Amino acid sequence: MKKTIFFLVATFLVATSFSQSEKYIAAMKKNIADIDSALIKNDAARLVDIAASFERIGDAEKTQWLPFYYAAYCQITFSFIKNDPASNDGIADKADQLLAKAEALEKSNSEISLLKAMSASLRMLVNPMERWMDLGPKIQNYSQDAMTQDPTNPRPYWFSGVSLKNTPEQFGGGCGTAKPQLDKAMELFGTFKPASELHPNWGKQVCERDAAGCK
Amino acid sequence: MKRVRNILFLVFAALLSVLANGQTTVKGVVKDNKGKAMPGISITLKDTYDGATTDSSGKYSFKTTEKGEQLIVASSIGYKSFEQKIILDGTTQTIDISLKEEITELRAVVLTAGTFEASDRKRAAVVLDPIDIVTTASANGDITGALKTLPGAQQVGESEGLYVRGGTAAETKTFIDGTLVNNFFFSSVPNIAQFGRFSPFIFKGTVFSTGGYSALYGQALSSALILESIDLPDQSSANIGLTVLSGSVGYQHLAKNKKYSWGGSYSYTNLGLAFAVIKQRQDYQKVPAYHNADANFRIKTSKTGMLKYYGYFSNNRLAFTTNSIDSLGYKDRFALGNTNVYHNLAWRENLGSRWKLNMGVSYTNNKDDISSSMQDNNKNEVLLGGLEFKRFNVDVKGNYFNAKFVLEKRLKGLSALRFGSEYNYSNDKSIYTDYNGNKYPGSVKEHINSVFAEADIYITNDVAAKAGTRFEHSALLDKTNIAPRLSIAYKLGKGSQASLAYGIFYQNPERRYLPSTSSLTFMKATHYIAQFQKVANQQSFRTELFYKKYDNLLKTAQTTGQETAINNNGFGDAKGIEFFWRDKKTIKNFDYWISYSYLDTKRDFLNFPFAITPNFAAKHTASLVTKKFVQKWKMNLNAAYNFASGRPYYNIGFDGANYKFNDRGTIPDYHNVSFSINYLPFIGKKNPKAFAVYVLQVSNIFNIKQTYGYQYSYNGYRKEAIVPTSRMFVFLGAFISFGVDRSDEVINNGL
Repeated sequence: MKKTIFFLVATFLVATSFSQSEKYIAAMKKNIADIDSALIKNDAARLVDIAASFERIGDAEKTQWLPFYYAAYCQITFSFIKNDPASNDGIADKADQLLAKAEALEKSNSEISLLKAMSASLRMLVNPMERWMDLGPKIQNYSQDAMTQDPTNPRPYWFSGVSLKNTPEQFGGGCGTAKPQLDKAMELFGTFKPASELHPNWGKQVCERDAAGCK
Repeated sequence: MKRVRNILFLVFAALLSVLANGQTTVKGVVKDNKGKAMPGISITLKDTYDGATTDSSGKYSFKTTEKGEQLIVASSIGYKSFEQKIILDGTTQTIDISLKEEITELRAVVLTAGTFEASDRKRAAVVLDPIDIVTTASANGDITGALKTLPGAQQVGESEGLYVRGGTAAETKTFIDGTLVNNFFFSSVPNIAQFGRFSPFIFKGTVFSTGGYSALYGQALSSALILESIDLPDQSSANIGLTVLSGSVGYQHLAKNKKYSWGGSYSYTNLGLAFAVIKQRQDYQKVPAYHNADANFRIKTSKTGMLKYYGYFSNNRLAFTTNSIDSLGYKDRFALGNTNVYHNLAWRENLGSRWKLNMGVSYTNNKDDISSSMQDNNKNEVLLGGLEFKRFNVDVKGNYFNAKFVLEKRLKGLSALRFGSEYNYSNDKSIYTDYNGNKYPGSVKEHINSVFAEADIYITNDVAAKAGTRFEHSALLDKTNIAPRLSIAYKLGKGSQASLAYGIFYQNPERRYLPSTSSLTFMKATHYIAQFQKVANQQSFRTELFYKKYDNLLKTAQTTGQETAINNNGFGDAKGIEFFWRDKKTIKNFDYWISYSYLDTKRDFLNFPFAITPNFAAKHTASLVTKKFVQKWKMNLNAAYNFASGRPYYNIGFDGANYKFNDRGTIPDYHNVSFSINYLPFIGKKNPKAFAVYVLQVSNIFNIKQTYGYQYSYNGYRKEAIVPTSRMFVFLGAFISFGVDRSDEVINNGL
């Protein structure tokens, strides 16, 4: 019992004297866990709150790119789930602002490049007929950047696969072209190790589901 | 055991109380300046992790362990961020926040009265996408063809140009990158409308004003067509085009650093093949043939600056005969040679501290060589007694120079102040040679200097105004004018707005009626426009009511066989109502728009005996334009129907002292149904080696008889309908462009 008391007191002492970086790690972990639970509960609106929380962390820390990255990721994911193209431009504006902040702190990062591709594709969905000539190559380039900047990152392959899956077959899309990309993504998900517990490690389940839809 | 439990409880209690003492709750409500609760707003304790997002009723609440003086910040896109000091001392703080809306382009009301815009900008004035210009079935790939399906423009087929709200084609002026374009269309041919000279693909933005336009533009009584050329291309590319009418090659080079580009193209158009298949009313001795060449460069002069050059050269000839209406068994011959050179240089730059500069110069050199004569059935030149005047020659040389600069200072929000100056020089020289070989030279030189200033004032996101004034001095007329312009827009609700516009517009007498022996002044039009617009979710509706008053229109008389200006005693007015409805939503992958215009206009100008409805004004005009994209076939199927109620026609004769009607009436209603298919086989392909568009276009598919008016024999005894050169017309073409990185590959693959 004494041990228990000692433990509690110790916990209390530690809790009140958290160093800045431990506080950062704890807050980030909590938010990352919140994203997962919001996605499981299919509570897209919650993602906007989490995005705001990440942004607060980023603004307070000033030197960490991951909070801005996750804030943008939440905004983009929210927009894809919401599926209301008319609102996409506004959300993409916000996401691009956040990504610019992340990129100022972390150059040539595969994960950031991928979100840039996803944000551009949100914009394209507003008016695909009119915008694909302009944005199609941009999405392509960002995705390509994401693949070359980190060849072990499965997410660019997943995104490229899922984009193809949602493109009509007449336009070179469909499962036929999507499958190899999704397979490649699944293969990479099998071996992918994030740089730290805070680094991006999302997408495996979604990719499994998408790959399962392409048999 | 119980003791231990008690100790445990005590420790817990102590722990909790310490934690509780260290925490402060901050809560409140966020509302906008109208008192409406704002959900989804992020509240932050500055430079800490603590904060919250407001719920659906605008409420927020969070706990923080921070102490002492802190800043609470609330921010949201489109609102000014809110900051307030708070003292955190453990007691609950209630901070209610009111956010002030920031005036932003996305939310603010847009000054749309009289304006149709085709561009990629996300604004309420935008009713067309740039691609609409080339996918409107009745447009025949011509910019003005697409604009004729919008309310306000007439369906005039016997001559080129935009006839807007009871105005003549000369009352519409075209501007490319800010500067005036002379000879926007190919030179006129009697009773055959000519195309615009410029490809629609070199423009990224089109603003078509049917009235009440900005003080930055002048010398157009009715309408301004404002075109903006494209900036740097996305990649280097080569392209070829082959159609039943023409062949073209072009190349665009984009520098590796994406800082500059250059390019050029050449096309040769020959209507011989088309005319061999589709019988023309005219008997061509020289089938229309055009050489067109253009060149461009674009340089990024800084992060925001861009210098653009576009140069154009064209040479074309044609000659044809038609059965003479004046003398049976004889033919009228008309021949035209035209050479046109156009240069445009435009520069825009942000100068810092919210100053922006736009400047441009353009130069045009245009030569027309027109000859008219009569021939007998064996195509020998003849000179018939009493009809000698039908043999003549006119050589026209025009030199035009236009320079303009506009300085803009962005003020708070979207408000801005703009001012600048414009200089227009024109020198028209002509030599008229009569059947005897007598030469009558003419020369008209003009300098117009203008200064202008305008202010965009955004009071809130819901109210905006644009007020401007333009001063012009004409050296030729030796007169000055002051033209005030004002437009106001008020947001009524989400997506709906009401606008008003007023303005005075001046224009010099048309040079073709000069020189005159009398002293002339500017022609004047006053516009009053009221508009309602609602745009929501892929659907837009607008209606416009207008009244236009004309003063000081030109009156002409016959002197030595020529129509010459005598005074400014002409006048007139035009009023009407217009509707536009576009819907991309109701049917998936199907897009259509309907426009309708009602026009009531009368004017007394040129040789009109008194005020009448002019022969270019139909009371009812309507268009239905539909576009359907069939994914499976990778095809765009476009159809258009244009309608105009019968226009009046007149034969006005000169009895030596006065003009009078020899005949008058109304032409039949005009109907035209056109259809086009664009086939895009490469669309959506990953890394396509080439991009191709195949076009099939049929105008007047039902072969309906269209009458544009009547022409009369010299003695007035015979009249003949003015009809299109052929009823139906079929156009077939292929346009292929190669991204240059891969073109070698394509060629090697044996294309």
